[in-house]
Amino acid sequence: MMGVDRRQFLKIAGVTALAGLGGKAAVDILAPGDVEASMKALPLTEGKRWAMVINMPELNDEIMNKCIAACHEEHNVPEFGDPKVEVKWLWKEDYHHSFPDHHNEYIDEKYEHKFLLLACNHCSNPPCCRVCPTQATWKREDGIVMMDWHRCIGCRFCMAACPYGSRSFNWGDPRKAPKDKNPDFPTNINYPTRSKGVVEKCTFCDERISKGQLPACVEAANKLKKNVLIFGDLADPDSNVRQVLRKNYTIRRKPALGTEPNIFYIV
Amino acid sequence: MLDLALKGKRGYWGWLIFLLVIMGIGLGCYIYQFQEGLKITGMSRDVSWGFYIAQFTYLVGIAAGGVMVALPCYLHDYKAFGRITVLGEFLAIAAVVMCLLFIFVDLGNPVRIMNVIMYPTPNSILFWDMIVLNGYLFLNILIGWNVLSAERKGLHHPGWVTPLIYLSIPWAFSIHTVTAFLYAGLPGRHFWLTAIMAARFLSSAFAAGPALLILLCLIVRKVSKFDPGKEQIRTLGGIVAYAMIINVFFVLLEFFTAFYSQIPGHMHSLIFLFKGLDGHTQLVPWMWTATVFAALSLILLIIPATRRKEDTLAVACVAVFISTWIDKGLGLVIAGFTPNPFNRVFDYWPTMPELFIAIGVWATGFFVLTILYKIVISVKEEIAA
Repeated sequence: MMGVDRRQFLKIAGVTALAGLGGKAAVDILAPGDVEASMKALPLTEGKRWAMVINMPELNDEIMNKCIAACHEEHNVPEFGDPKVEVKWLWKEDYHHSFPDHHNEYIDEKYEHKFLLLACNHCSNPPCCRVCPTQATWKREDGIVMMDWHRCIGCRFCMAACPYGSRSFNWGDPRKAPKDKNPDFPTNINYPTRSKGVVEKCTFCDERISKGQLPACVEAANKLKKNVLIFGDLADPDSNVRQVLRKNYTIRRKPALGTEPNIFYIV
Repeated sequence: MLDLALKGKRGYWGWLIFLLVIMGIGLGCYIYQFQEGLKITGMSRDVSWGFYIAQFTYLVGIAAGGVMVALPCYLHDYKAFGRITVLGEFLAIAAVVMCLLFIFVDLGNPVRIMNVIMYPTPNSILFWDMIVLNGYLFLNILIGWNVLSAERKGLHHPGWVTPLIYLSIPWAFSIHTVTAFLYAGLPGRHFWLTAIMAARFLSSAFAAGPALLILLCLIVRKVSKFDPGKEQIRTLGGIVAYAMIINVFFVLLEFFTAFYSQIPGHMHSLIFLFKGLDGHTQLVPWMWTATVFAALSLILLIIPATRRKEDTLAVACVAVFISTWIDKGLGLVIAGFTPNPFNRVFDYWPTMPELFIAIGVWATGFFVLTILYKIVISVKEEIAA
């Protein structure tokens, strides 16, 4: 075809499209390596296995509430006031219920009912992605377990598969959530609201990471106290999370199930 | 042959109209659910599957149970069953139609259902369930229809149907195996995470399916001039007896593993079902009812005299149907979600609209079944005349 074969055509078309989006990838294809140096300043766009370390002894109600509020405002997560239909991306739960396999009847009250933050664990071996019949949820190359709300058919197989209760279903239309509890909904016009009948969950703030920003919860925590929530790349041996994991004893939820959660708790 | 379904007596039309009314009520409730979302059901973030998926699971068993007529007939050359294979196949069609409808009404986004085909995902068991269920539906339509129309013309069924018949036998096993795999491969749901799940499903299917078929045969004999046959019903009774014994045995195996190992996660769901957990006892009377009916059915099925007497066999079949329905159409799904991943117990009970939608789907299945059986009866009466 006039000297341009199919492969070349696709490459040119792809490059044009990427350049149109202003992506680094487009520049990479045209001049590999040239922009690497300037991107180093934004390592958040280059993770291979994103992970979070939650420093339990440093957590308090104020920090947790701020983190949850930041997350739910960022992602237009409404309040329903009914635990049965609640949508939760980031939430508080006590140690006893978060780690049901660590039961110990002589544990002190202050540990047993110590609250901590829970979210999607972005497992390295995620059962939710395994069972999804439409690939509406999948594991990205940077480790994020992602959701496509426009493809999800609402079968809720992923909710049955997730051993952490990290997935929420839109039992009704989120825009019809009680107005008195959600006066400003939608709270972030730059983020989509979901339709009824789809599953959603924490995405490690993929939309912020792609801009080189920390997840909303981490940023909110940092404003009050440093190193309570630590977010970074597990694949990099010198990363902040790897250093913290070397220095502290950490646990993960239900490790025996082989899901390889990527949220770690300093106890 | 479809024209045969258009000629019937007053009772036939009355029954169809009755079913249509129930289907209409169900449809009305479904439209309400379609607009409002699944929040109109009793399901929650903790018990995220409920009555719909439980009915689906039970009915896959009924569909698979039909093979207990085809298998002896075609693999063991048990000629007597040739008279009723089509009843088994048409029961399977009606059951699979209900299965597909129950999946459909359970979806949060039913308009996107074609995504399952547009983005085929072999690692998802639901993808395979879609394939085996639709395949089983088409196999039974092709086989049942061709065998019956050949019979009407006094011919042997066409040669190309024979391989399909042989294929349909392992295929029946596959539908309930794949359905069990929906549950048995999920980490963290201890009640479902059992290697014996598929075997349990098949044994309860081979008890419940033929039990329903016996009852249908007795009804057919009452309302028409076609007699499915004494020997046929008696042989089916033997099949139900064996399958129910194996089914109960498999359930007891689950109890042994859970309570001898004393692993809390394995015991919790069973305690929830039979004793109640954290004060939640909603399913306890149901499960003990299932136990009593299972025991009653076993007594009636094991004692030769009661098994061979059609009255007591019918009672046994009703008992099998109720017992297996409570076990699979109610307990299995709810207990799988109880306790939840945080070791908490949340109650689930279907709401009125949810029940009406479910009853509407059952009515649709019986509508299909009635029409198909009407055709069979008319053909058989025609041949006899």
